[in-house]
Amino acid sequence: MSTTAELLKGAADLFPDEVVTTAHVRHFDLPLGAGRFALITLDNGLDHTKPTTFGPQSLANLNAAVDQVELEAAAGEITGIGITGKPFIFAVGADLKGVELLKRHEDALAIGKGGHDVFKRLSGLAVPTFAYYNGAAMGGGVEVGLHCTYRTVSAAVPAFSLPEVFLGLVPGWGGCTLLPNLIGADKAVTVIIENSLNQNRQLKGEQVYELGIADAIFEGADFLEQSLIWTAAVLKGEIAVERPAVDRGEAWDQAVARGRSIADSKVHGAAPAAYRALDIIAAAKNGDLQQGYDAEDRALADLIMGGELRAGLYAFNLVQKRAKRPAGAPDKNLARPVTKVGVVGAGLMASQLALLFLRRLEVPVVLTDIDQERVDKGVGYVHAEIDKLLGKGRIGQDKANRLKALVTGVLDKAEGFADADFVIEAVFEEIGVKQQVFAEVEAVAPAHAILATNTSSLSVSEMASKLKHPERVVGFHFFNPVAVLPLLEIVRGERTDDASLATAFAVARKLKKTAVLVKDAPAFVVNRILTRFMGEIQNVIDEGTPVEVAEKAVEPLGLPMSPLVLLELVGPAIGLHVSETLHRAFPDRFTVSPNLKAVVEAGKRGFYVYDSGKPELDPEVAALLKQGDSVLTEEQVRARVLDAVAQEIGLMLDEGVVAEAQDIDLCLITGAGWPFHLGGITPYLDREGVAERVTGKRFLAPGVASVPA
Amino acid sequence: MPRTVRDVVFVDGVRTPFGKAGPKGIYHETRADDLVVKAIRELLRRNPGLDPKEIDEVAIAATTQIGDQGLTIGRTAGILAGLPTSVPGYAIDRMCAGALTAVTTVAGSVAFGAYDIAIAGGVEHMGRHPMGEGVDPNPRFVSEKLVDESALFMGMTAENLHDRYPHITKLRADEYAVRSQEKAAKAYANGKIQADLVPISVRRTNEEAGETGWGLVTADEPMRPGTTLENLANLKTPFRVHGRVTAGNAAGLNDGATASLIAAEDFAREHGLPVKMRLVSYAFAGVEPEVMGYGPIPATEKALAQAGLSISDIGLFEINEAFAVQVLAFLDHYGIADDDERVNQYGGAIAFGHPLASSGVRLMTQLARQFEEQPQVRYGLTTMCVGFGMGATVIWENPHFEGDK
Repeated sequence: MSTTAELLKGAADLFPDEVVTTAHVRHFDLPLGAGRFALITLDNGLDHTKPTTFGPQSLANLNAAVDQVELEAAAGEITGIGITGKPFIFAVGADLKGVELLKRHEDALAIGKGGHDVFKRLSGLAVPTFAYYNGAAMGGGVEVGLHCTYRTVSAAVPAFSLPEVFLGLVPGWGGCTLLPNLIGADKAVTVIIENSLNQNRQLKGEQVYELGIADAIFEGADFLEQSLIWTAAVLKGEIAVERPAVDRGEAWDQAVARGRSIADSKVHGAAPAAYRALDIIAAAKNGDLQQGYDAEDRALADLIMGGELRAGLYAFNLVQKRAKRPAGAPDKNLARPVTKVGVVGAGLMASQLALLFLRRLEVPVVLTDIDQERVDKGVGYVHAEIDKLLGKGRIGQDKANRLKALVTGVLDKAEGFADADFVIEAVFEEIGVKQQVFAEVEAVAPAHAILATNTSSLSVSEMASKLKHPERVVGFHFFNPVAVLPLLEIVRGERTDDASLATAFAVARKLKKTAVLVKDAPAFVVNRILTRFMGEIQNVIDEGTPVEVAEKAVEPLGLPMSPLVLLELVGPAIGLHVSETLHRAFPDRFTVSPNLKAVVEAGKRGFYVYDSGKPELDPEVAALLKQGDSVLTEEQVRARVLDAVAQEIGLMLDEGVVAEAQDIDLCLITGAGWPFHLGGITPYLDREGVAERVTGKRFLAPGVASVPA
Repeated sequence: MPRTVRDVVFVDGVRTPFGKAGPKGIYHETRADDLVVKAIRELLRRNPGLDPKEIDEVAIAATTQIGDQGLTIGRTAGILAGLPTSVPGYAIDRMCAGALTAVTTVAGSVAFGAYDIAIAGGVEHMGRHPMGEGVDPNPRFVSEKLVDESALFMGMTAENLHDRYPHITKLRADEYAVRSQEKAAKAYANGKIQADLVPISVRRTNEEAGETGWGLVTADEPMRPGTTLENLANLKTPFRVHGRVTAGNAAGLNDGATASLIAAEDFAREHGLPVKMRLVSYAFAGVEPEVMGYGPIPATEKALAQAGLSISDIGLFEINEAFAVQVLAFLDHYGIADDDERVNQYGGAIAFGHPLASSGVRLMTQLARQFEEQPQVRYGLTTMCVGFGMGATVIWENPHFEGDK
């Protein structure tokens, strides 16, 4: 048994539930008389909905296949070796479930080394090797091909990426080292850093070819045939593969610097993966592959044993799995069909909702408002947005015609809602106004119609309380911008029935939103946590800490934007309004900042001016601020803010606002854009000991989003 | 309005390698539509002078038009092959003469002036769609004795043909079959066949069938080079006890697809497309369904008469070898020797296989190659027998003909 085999055997013992990929070896004669060929097919025996992955046993299988073809190549029995995947899938990389189980640094190191040991054999055989990227290829799937002598890609490949940095890893089976040496550092930074940190953006087959990752591209219909004919021509010397020379001069360093600035702008130094990957890319400039592989092994092992990756994997599972099966949602068979939607209000939010319902449900959507001008403006907004989609080629003329014909605006609710199945209101945040609106809607809408509210802070139960049928009222809380943020908090009022709730979840699914079931508690989840977080920042500023110190204090979290920039985005007036609402509900913990009030009253839309290109405190705002004399350090501010967040989450879980801490994290990731490396927030609060300090216990058991004990 | 009939030519033809039907066959895990799609794509690759937008029709034949051979396969195959949506297509069926009928039907449309150029071909995956799948013969066939029950079973009709011509013995049939295998092996050795084959990638997940994973098929699977009379002598006669028809002197059950380009000669020449054969005449004829193997004879009579030719004018024959007896009946009728070298020079379906509705274009592709290398020949014919008692014949002129030198 080779050492590689022993290494992998040890790793396989740690991961008994691996979905094992087989490396089938099949022989045949190539066209053009190019000789006998061995083709390895990676296949886990399941259909394309269960993509092929590499766990330790899978790597051992590939290793055994390479053993076989190595002998055949050495004996002159074959002229070339290829590797491809099952239909629609090439391979999507390491089996992450196995990574989650790893407890020891040496085991993590073995995974990295095991992959390298197997893959790099493909570059050292007696005959050329060819990778045929026939379908989705990610991570280790991409990397196994990078070790081959040549690559082809199908124009039909829908997704091709090195997503490791997105999760909290580095492309550590050769990716960081081989890719810059193949296509140059700048393009490698685009694939490894920029795309990963851009919500894991995927490449399509055409781009894979244009980047120079593949030497040839063929259409999907006969991709493998044409790849093999091309292979035959290459082997016979009829086609010479030429690749542009890689610039190993200053361009390499500039590319790495570009990567660092991308990483800084996305994670602000708070997560190590991108920086580790960039270090390896920087070092790969000298072309020493083995040195690069060793660095990849070390980086992988360190990251696998680090909290950021574990939080990242946890977060990935939340958005991939939990988001698709919302905790606490009733039986989906109870859902009623929604064939027409009413929207009360024709303001900007209402118009955005109308557009979303229209595009996803493709049913008639009726807007109403108090005067014709507003109604016309709302419909006009939707029409203009449809025209934009048409202009960008996202929809065709027929679809645009269809959608435009489906949206209408009327003044008379009775006319608009008489046959609506789902009516959502997005009117002024004032309980009396909303109760009045629902009463009017109930009077004209069918008995089965769902009445949904997009309230961000009012009580859904109270809103329903004066209706004849309060059981059909649900909270349907979107996040701004509606088209960008996936979260939808679905609020069950005291009397909401299962059928209405099931209908709400079914609609959410069609809207392609991440629905989380939330109790009817003040400000629900995201706004409550963000307001407590912001409130604590406001408090320390009000008490005397300089604005810059307060802002910098939370930088190590790597949030998408600083607290005051976020407040600017939300709008200081809305922020103030929500803090007042929460202050009424929980006066002990939620304060109303007099300085914020002053800013709002002065009509300021934000705290910063951007005249110099960077945010600087607006002197007019600075003049408004009345601060105390208690000056805290960044560390003190951070501790205070995190303690407050931990306390609030602890209380929310005690109150049953959501089913589990996982839902809190899912909300923060999808509704506030909080980063994967924090796992939302509770893995970070556990990791930093904040949870224990404040609530006396962890939010998540060890191993859930951390290295298992 | 005045019309001129246009000359119609066979521009080019390709086919997939043929496979053996069944769980161990090369195409067991390959869809039928994918086979014909890949043939169409190869045809387009080989003729880059043809803008796909100019194709006026895609006529694809299949006998069993259900599942992956259903859904109006000429239309779906065109879309799957990447043809512009503006190119229409249809499905066509005349059982074994499906592809041949696709060719003559689009040829008629070209001659009439409705089309400039069309794709005609066929596919039959007898592994996925065994003969007789889903059929529902009208009970009147039997109750009113419209046909004998044996008419539905092609092997039985071949036995019936042996009955009609007792001088066509099993030995003669076996000898013919051995020669077919020899000629096919020789044609392969001389590279006559491979040039018109489309390589097909095939997946196998069943270990019992051989090495698993993706492979590439570049040659016909049914071939049995080195077959001897002794090998054939003791094969079972599955259609009749002490019969004469065996797996050795008949074509097997096969999977495969073909595609050809049929065009107006002026269009082909204007676009720099090859002109491999010129259509002279075609005819179909019916015979008693119980002896369907007799069909090529009346069909050929009609085609010759239309063309004003006699059998002696035909320099090359491509006869589909559904059964050796059916070829021999044809040869006997015209007084041609069993081993006449004008007949099936590259061997026939006994060696290559006969995926029903696809075979007609294989005959044409092979005849076209022979025309090219034998410019002294002016006329050739392709003919085949068809289930339920029919024959189909197309007579072609060799554009390379150099006159009687």
